[in-house]
Amino acid sequence: MQAQPFQAFLDEHRGPVLSFLRAMVGPDDADDVFQETFISALRAYRRMDGRHPRAWVLTIARRKAIDHHRARARRPHPRPDVAELAEAAPGPGAEEGDSAVWAAVTELSPAQRAAIALRFAADLSFREIGAALGCSEDAARRRVHDGLAALRAKAATDEEESR
Amino acid sequence: MTADATDLIRAFRADPADAADAAERLAARAVSEGLVDIAYATVETPLGTMTAATTERGLVRLALPGYSPDEVLERLATEVSPRLLELPERLDPLRRELDEYFDGSRRAFDLALDWRLTPSGFYRRVLRTAARRLPFGVTASYGEVAAWAGSPGASRAAGTALARNPLPIVVPCHRVLRAGGKIGLYGGGPEMKRRLLEFEGAVA
Repeated sequence: MQAQPFQAFLDEHRGPVLSFLRAMVGPDDADDVFQETFISALRAYRRMDGRHPRAWVLTIARRKAIDHHRARARRPHPRPDVAELAEAAPGPGAEEGDSAVWAAVTELSPAQRAAIALRFAADLSFREIGAALGCSEDAARRRVHDGLAALRAKAATDEEESR
Repeated sequence: MTADATDLIRAFRADPADAADAAERLAARAVSEGLVDIAYATVETPLGTMTAATTERGLVRLALPGYSPDEVLERLATEVSPRLLELPERLDPLRRELDEYFDGSRRAFDLALDWRLTPSGFYRRVLRTAARRLPFGVTASYGEVAAWAGSPGASRAAGTALARNPLPIVVPCHRVLRAGGKIGLYGGGPEMKRRLLEFEGAVA
């Protein structure tokens, strides 16, 4: 089996992985976790079987995102949550409504957040999401659906409150 | 806010320039952690664009213009290691020596070479003796090179070894001619071989 040069692998997956990590840990920490992800991938690269490279690197990315959340939870003075940051400073070029999306996403359950991130940031099919999360295709579809419903419910509450 | 898919996609989607920057930082860190087995880059020469690759031992591949870079890199990934990153500055010594060779100020290359793409034994002896005994502008026949490598009469096998030379120009397989001084074949085409020999003053 032909091996793919790591540079080509990196070029092909860097966009979806960074998008996925923005969804998982927020835009400010995504780059740090991106570095951890691809260094880890490079260390293991010679042993990769090469059949599902995107699913493989996203599995590493998800593990690194979980590590990141754990490390942050252990810190005595946690940095402000993504939601607070997003509300305080939407950042240059942020579209109206983006900060609200970020705020709502941080309130999802970890399983829903991962499913939403794999679907909408990494562009995976439900079948691939199931494989990545260790559940069936139907369960993956349900998690994405429930995640979207939770986001909509959050949006409705916010609108209610701002009235 | 409406939590529909388009909002999510827009909010999550990383700027391609940010992803490119992140990948560049990753490459720098991979180098500093010693995780890169092969560094490669393209090299511009008067003959055209070449693909070059180096390991920690030395130059391992120089592909003449006309070879597909993707195929060259995939072969390196399969035969040497897939931990291959584009690091142009690592090929600067080669770039400098090739520039000097083509502007006429360098007659011999002074680069560390990694021979691992050539099987040890006769094939490797052919390339090593050709590199050692054929200086700028000097030619020999396949039969002579075979004899130098210890197998007089094995001119056909010597031809095969030279045809598979992973380091053309630096290992001067272009200086080996067919019996009677005919140009013979070349990886970059016979025209390229003739150009090199003319440039070195080896043929009229």
